Amino acid sequence: MHLTRPDLAIIQNWIPPKSRVLDLGCGSGELLDFLQQKKQVHGYGLEIDPEKITECIAKGVCVVEQNLDDGLSNFKDQSYDTVVMTQALQAMKRPDLMLEEMLRVGKECIVTFPNFAYWRCRFYLAVKGEMPVSKSLPHTWYNTPNIHLSTFRDFEQLCKSRNLRIIDRAVGNSEHESHWATKLWPNLFGEVAIYRVTR
Amino acid sequence: MPNAIPEDSVGLVEPQIARFDTPLELTCGRTLDSYQLTYETYGRLNADRSNAVLICHALSGNHHAAGYHSMDDRKPGWWDAYIGPGKSIDTNRFFVVCLNNLGGCNGSTGPTSVDPATGDTYGPDFPVMTVPDWVNSQARLADYLNISTWAAVVGGSLGGMQALQWSISYPERMRNTVVIAAAPRLSAQNIAFNEVARQAIMSDPEFHDGRYAEHGTIPRHGLRLARMVGHITYLSEHSMGDKFGRDLRSDKINFGYDVEFQVESYLRYQGDTFSESFDANTYLLMTKALDYFDPAAAHNGDLSKALAVAKSNFLLVSFSTDWRFAPSRSEEIVDALTEAGRNVSYACIESPHGHDAFLIPNPRYEAVFSAFMNRVAAEAETRRDPQEASSCI
Repeated sequence: MHLTRPDLAIIQNWIPPKSRVLDLGCGSGELLDFLQQKKQVHGYGLEIDPEKITECIAKGVCVVEQNLDDGLSNFKDQSYDTVVMTQALQAMKRPDLMLEEMLRVGKECIVTFPNFAYWRCRFYLAVKGEMPVSKSLPHTWYNTPNIHLSTFRDFEQLCKSRNLRIIDRAVGNSEHESHWATKLWPNLFGEVAIYRVTR
Repeated sequence: MPNAIPEDSVGLVEPQIARFDTPLELTCGRTLDSYQLTYETYGRLNADRSNAVLICHALSGNHHAAGYHSMDDRKPGWWDAYIGPGKSIDTNRFFVVCLNNLGGCNGSTGPTSVDPATGDTYGPDFPVMTVPDWVNSQARLADYLNISTWAAVVGGSLGGMQALQWSISYPERMRNTVVIAAAPRLSAQNIAFNEVARQAIMSDPEFHDGRYAEHGTIPRHGLRLARMVGHITYLSEHSMGDKFGRDLRSDKINFGYDVEFQVESYLRYQGDTFSESFDANTYLLMTKALDYFDPAAAHNGDLSKALAVAKSNFLLVSFSTDWRFAPSRSEEIVDALTEAGRNVSYACIESPHGHDAFLIPNPRYEAVFSAFMNRVAAEAETRRDPQEASSCI
């Protein structure tokens, strides 16, 4: 089996075997399914989409229906090794509080989000004068769940202001392109921002 | 009446009786020396005996979960929507067992049975049962049927509590637990409603301290009231409003105390049918079993510690408008299971039907339930349990 999403392929490297993982907004359970089978990871996914919940159950991925905007108060402090949130931070009511919650429950957290400073987004805004629509941002402005879009630089400023330590950073691009420029200037050439953070 | 048995029905079924002579010690300190359990089975037990599913019934349920007893039956068994060929509990793949619990009034030993020690009916002298007692008696039934391990134990409401208790009492004898519309213990409000129901029965002049059989009568009015108040807690405000609104039986208000609103007529009808078919002492006993259920009590209220012994995979399901056992009550169980590191999945199903939703067809509920049971079936079909192979010779 292999992971179809490039951001998942990168972050699975950061999750040690046999660890406890909480995947917030786990979708159809692709990452947890992979981690369970390849790394004997024990994990739970939290999700609110009914169809995705059924897909998780069909795969044998443990999934709990829970609205992340209500917080994680039902999980104890430091009860997971890693708390993951892929492509959902930008849809939270308060991404900053979510990040704090993730690091209360987990020893480390991994987040991925679309980089709004990606050159295609900039091009869209600068040339077309419209809100960017792309593979990683497929919605139109009025129906998008992405209410807190940010950039590599924004996120790093948030971590700095909260005294959070960035352990790893990576760039995910939908085309699997690993261009030298994305490493040098992620904020301009990185489509998806991937961070591993701890306190 | 089914003119023809529907294709997705288990068809005509016949209750069976298992008799037991090994004394059963009960939580209350008393012992049942001999007793019988009435049960039904659907589907076929496979050669490995690995595909058996136990269904636990709720407060007023019984062993007749699916199919028809005769072509004259108006309705099928109480969970026919979810048990049958191709249904969530697929009888093409599972061997399904459902019994009438001890203390019941549908064929298993209970208050209406004769006490062999005295030769009279037990009546109010039948011991008060607890959920762990029921689970122990169900384990005896499993022995009797030569089933060492259930592929799954499944139940809704009070049945879900039994399934949960199974995972604690017999973790080695089950691989999956399905707990639907249940709670880890009753709230004060839940107990209060049960007490109103019990008082309704016990204050009926025909109750005679539970010895109504000796007086050749039944506490009809009390049972009727108990059912009426119970029934209100099974429905949601929305579903009652939807079904009856403020509709009147006739076209005008009569300024009297006869039945005027449709909802009154419905409740009276529900109460009447129930009071003719259900035993009052059984009703009292079942509500007490509900009140006493509290597996966390032995662990200072820590449910995750109580569930630490569990080994099975769990599916928890709740319904959005259920206020008897609200979604938050199922979530208490889910949180205890995640804390204990057990495999658990949970879905809260959008439904207007209140607590009764667990009995009613609903596409999302079916999808979730089927997805889980498909895995249970696949696991049962591929595995050959060494424990089972050796123990059921």
